[in-house]
Amino acid sequence: MSSKENFSLIIKDLIFTGLIATVLLIPIVGFRTEISTVDSTGLIFNYNFITAFFVVAFIVGIRFLFHIFWFSKIQKKPQENSEKNKKKFLKKLNFYLGVAAAVIAFTLPFMPFANRYIVDVATLVLTYVMLGWGLNIVVGLAGLLDLGYVAFFAVGAYSYALLATTFDLSFWICLPLAGILAAFAGILLGFPVLRLRGDYLAIVTLGFGEIIRLILLNWYEFTGGPDGISRIPRPSFFGFPFARKSEDTTFHELFGLEYSTMHRIIFLYYLILILALITNFFTMKIRNLPVGRAWEALREDETACRAIGINPTNTKLTAFAIGAMFGGFAGSFFATRQGFISPESFTFIESAIILAIVVLGGMGSQIGVVIASILLIGSTELFRELEQFRMLAFGLAMIIIMILKPRGLLANREPSILLNKKNE
Amino acid sequence: MEYFLQQLINSLTLGSIYGLIAIGYTMVYGIVGMINFAHGDVFMIGSFVSLIAMVLLGVGTGAFLPLALLVVLLAAILVTSVYGWTLERVAYRPLRGSFRLAALITALGASIFLQNFVQVSQGAKIKPIQPVIQGGFTFFENGSMVVSFSYLQIFIIIITVILLSIFSYIISKTPLGRSQRACEQDLTMSKLLGINVDRTISITFIIGASLASVAGMMFVLYYGVIDFFIGFLTGIKAFTAAVLGGIGSIPGAVIGGLLIGLIETFWSAYFTIEYKDVAVFGILVIVLIFRPYGILGKPEVEKV
Repeated sequence: MSSKENFSLIIKDLIFTGLIATVLLIPIVGFRTEISTVDSTGLIFNYNFITAFFVVAFIVGIRFLFHIFWFSKIQKKPQENSEKNKKKFLKKLNFYLGVAAAVIAFTLPFMPFANRYIVDVATLVLTYVMLGWGLNIVVGLAGLLDLGYVAFFAVGAYSYALLATTFDLSFWICLPLAGILAAFAGILLGFPVLRLRGDYLAIVTLGFGEIIRLILLNWYEFTGGPDGISRIPRPSFFGFPFARKSEDTTFHELFGLEYSTMHRIIFLYYLILILALITNFFTMKIRNLPVGRAWEALREDETACRAIGINPTNTKLTAFAIGAMFGGFAGSFFATRQGFISPESFTFIESAIILAIVVLGGMGSQIGVVIASILLIGSTELFRELEQFRMLAFGLAMIIIMILKPRGLLANREPSILLNKKNE
Repeated sequence: MEYFLQQLINSLTLGSIYGLIAIGYTMVYGIVGMINFAHGDVFMIGSFVSLIAMVLLGVGTGAFLPLALLVVLLAAILVTSVYGWTLERVAYRPLRGSFRLAALITALGASIFLQNFVQVSQGAKIKPIQPVIQGGFTFFENGSMVVSFSYLQIFIIIITVILLSIFSYIISKTPLGRSQRACEQDLTMSKLLGINVDRTISITFIIGASLASVAGMMFVLYYGVIDFFIGFLTGIKAFTAAVLGGIGSIPGAVIGGLLIGLIETFWSAYFTIEYKDVAVFGILVIVLIFRPYGILGKPEVEKV
C-alpha cells in the first residue's frame, strides 16, 4: 500500500473516531444537569462544551499516536524469545522480585522517608495484597470465579467487632475465631453453588456478597445497620497496650521508649505484613500437597478430574473455605485498624477491586498480586487529591491492562507438577 | 383484592423495564458467550441521555408531548447505541477468543469507568424531574381502596409491546436476524459460510443498547429520579431475569423480566421492603442451583 493511500485511510479513521467521540461526549459531558437554585425542583444546564471538545480532541490525538507508533509496527514484530527462555526468565524474575519485595517491606517503616502517611498507605496496600493472596487460592489455583469475596472480609470484620465489643475478648483470640467463622460462611455459601461453572458461579457469588451486605445493612439490632459498629478495641502488643497512660504496663514503658503514636501504626503495619506472609507461605506449601494439586487439576479440566476420582465438590469447598478464612483474617485486621466498620466498606466494588488485583497480577502468580496491588491501590491512593478521577482511571486501567496483557502482568498458570514430556 | 390488582399493574410496568434490559444480556450471552457486565451502566447512560433530552426540549411544559417524547426516545436510542457499539469495539473485541475471565474483567472495568464517567461529568447528586405524564384510569372505587392504571404505566407497557414486536420481527424475518441466529448457534461455522461475524456482533450490541436506552427513558419517567449508580442494581436484576428465563433465549428474557418484576413488587407489598433485593438475589441463587438453564433454556451438554 502506498503511503498516500495509507495517509488518507488514517485521516478517515481519525474523522470517524472524532465523530464517535463527539456523539459519546457532547450529551453527557456538554450538558451538565444541575438542580435549579431558583425553584429547586427543575433541572437546568451548566454547559461544558469546551471540556467536551478538549476530551474529543484528546481522544483523536491518542488515536493518531496509535496509528504512528502502534498499528504500523504490529505486523512486523518478530517473536524473539522462545517460550522456554521466557519461562526461565520469569521464574528468576519472580524469585528476585520476591526477595526484593520482602526486604523492602520489612525495612520500610525505618526508612528515612517513611512518615505516617506512607506507612498508612503501605498498610492499606498490604491489606489488599493479603486479600489478593486469599482470593488467589480460589480464583488462581482452583479456578473458581468469585465475585463476592468481600462478603468473607465483611464476615471477618463483623465477627471481630461483635466478639470484641460484646464479650471483651482480645484481638489474638478473636482473630482465629473470625477466620473460622468466615471459613464456615465460605462452606455455607459454597456448598449449594459449587456445582455451577464459570460465569454462573461468578454471578451467584456476587448475589451472595450483596445478600450479606444487605443483611448487615438491615439487621439493625445485631449489626447496627448503616451506623455500623464503632469503638472497636485496638490491638495491644500481646497484652501491652499502645497508650500514653494505662493501668497495665504500656508498650513504650515495656521497651523504655518515648511515647509515640507511630508505635501503633508501625505495629499494625508489621501485623498485616506477617498475616500476609502467612497467607503466602500457606499457599506455596499447599500447592505441593494433594489438595493443592487437586485444585490445579480441577482448574485445568473438571471432567478429567472426576474420571480419576477427585471429588470436585469437596475439593472446591476446601478452596472456598480456606480462601474465605484468609479473607476473614484480613477482615478482623481491617476492623481493628479502623476502629469503626459499617456496611459501606463492603460493597461490590471492593470485590471487583480484589478480583482485578488477582487477574491483573496474573492468576496464580503470588508476586503478580503484589505488583498489581501496588499499582492499583498505591497509585490511586497517591492521587487522592484527584478524588473523582481516581475510579475513572481505575476502570480505564483495568481495560487497558487486560487488552495489552490478557493473561495478567506475570502470568503463571503452570501447574506445580507435570509429567515429563517424552521428547525432552 | 384491589391491593393485589394494583400490585399486579405495578409489577407489569417494572417487569417491562427489566425485560427490555434483560434482552441485551441474553443476546450478548447467546452470541459471544460473555456476561456483558457493563450493560446495566449502558442502561444508566440511556436514562441520563433521555433526562438531558427532556430538559433540553422542555418536555412537560411544551404542547406536543407525544412528539417531544418521540424525539427524546430517538435521541436516547441514537446516543446509547453508539455507547454500546464503542463498548464492544474498545473493551470486548480485542479480547474475543481470549480466555473467558479476561472479557469479564474488562466488562467490570467498563462498568466502573462508565459509572465514574457519569459521576464526574454529571455530578454525584440525584437528578429529579417533574412528572411528565400525569393522570390515568381508576376503577374499583369502593371505600378507601382505589385501583389506578396511570397513563404512564399504559405508555410504558405499550412501548414495550411495540418494541418487542419490532424486535422479534427483526430476529425472525430479516437477513440480519438470520445471521444473528446463525452466529448464536456456531460462530466459526457462520464465519465459514460468509457471515460477517464482527458486524453481527456489533449490531447485537447496538440493539441491546437501544433497548436498554428505552428502558432507561421509562425509568426516568416512572421513578422521576436517577443517579449514576442506578445501573448496578437494575443491571443485576435484569441479568437475574435473563438467567431466570433461560439465558440465550429471547422470549425467556421477557418472561424472566416480568417474573422478577412480579417477585420484587409483591415481596415489597406483602413482606419487607428492605429485603426486596435479597429476595431477588435469593431467587437467582435458587434458580441457578436447581435449574441453571432457566425456564426456557436448554441444558448445556458437557463436552470433554
